[in-house]
Amino acid sequence: MNRTYELMFIVRPDMPEEEQQKLISTLETVVTSSGGSVHKVDVMGKRRLAYTVRKFHDGIYVLLVLEGSGGLVHELERRLRVTEQVIKFITVRIDEAQKRLDKIKKLREAKRKAPPSPAPAEAGGETAAVTA
Amino acid sequence: MADETRTTTAEGSTGGGERPERSPERSSERPPDRGGDRGGDRNRGPRPGGPGGREGGRKYFRRKKVCKFCVEKIDAIDYKDYRLLGQFVSIESGKIVPRRLTGVCTPHQRRLSSAIKLARNIALLPFSGRAS
Repeated sequence: MNRTYELMFIVRPDMPEEEQQKLISTLETVVTSSGGSVHKVDVMGKRRLAYTVRKFHDGIYVLLVLEGSGGLVHELERRLRVTEQVIKFITVRIDEAQKRLDKIKKLREAKRKAPPSPAPAEAGGETAAVTA
Repeated sequence: MADETRTTTAEGSTGGGERPERSPERSSERPPDRGGDRGGDRNRGPRPGGPGGREGGRKYFRRKKVCKFCVEKIDAIDYKDYRLLGQFVSIESGKIVPRRLTGVCTPHQRRLSSAIKLARNIALLPFSGRAS
């Protein structure tokens, strides 16, 4: 129940905004009803597609960051596939990447907080040991 | 007819005369370690800045190119950031540019290429052709 996913889908450009909101709220209810949680919903707006998808040249991108299990994602994707207005979707799992980033950030913070003063002391200690 | 041939040969000779004059000028105008042409097919002799000790070989690194991600400390290569990814994709064909031309280090190149492939799947970058 701790997997974080990023679900990005493209909606037809001629879809009215209220229908978009309806679709997003439907997805949100699916998420919350299966015990997950939605972290972020971001309607990224209309963008020109890099290639033609189902005869459309533009599309409205929507990003949904959620937390849940794999089965939840399976259900969401099934719904998106059925919805006619959604022309493309992709799900990316991001919790492993997030863990790695947090680790790197922590290391960087630790390095910044401990200034490099131990380094010359160590060098002095080493040279002393060599001479002795 | 004779006049014509004479004039053409005269022009041809001047043209021919011009041509050899131009080419040494051009090659001297070109700075010695200019990057940007495909492959290292100009044998400029052993260069001190090249990969250690390789002489007489035809393929060189252009300059000591640095990995953009290592320098700017960009940890996460996001597939949504199509502008950043578009820098590492060939403009004409949409192909991923090899790292010997861009100078990216191996782990970043791997992450970059998977990000580019994700972006291609969600129509942020084209599979082939110019990005409109």
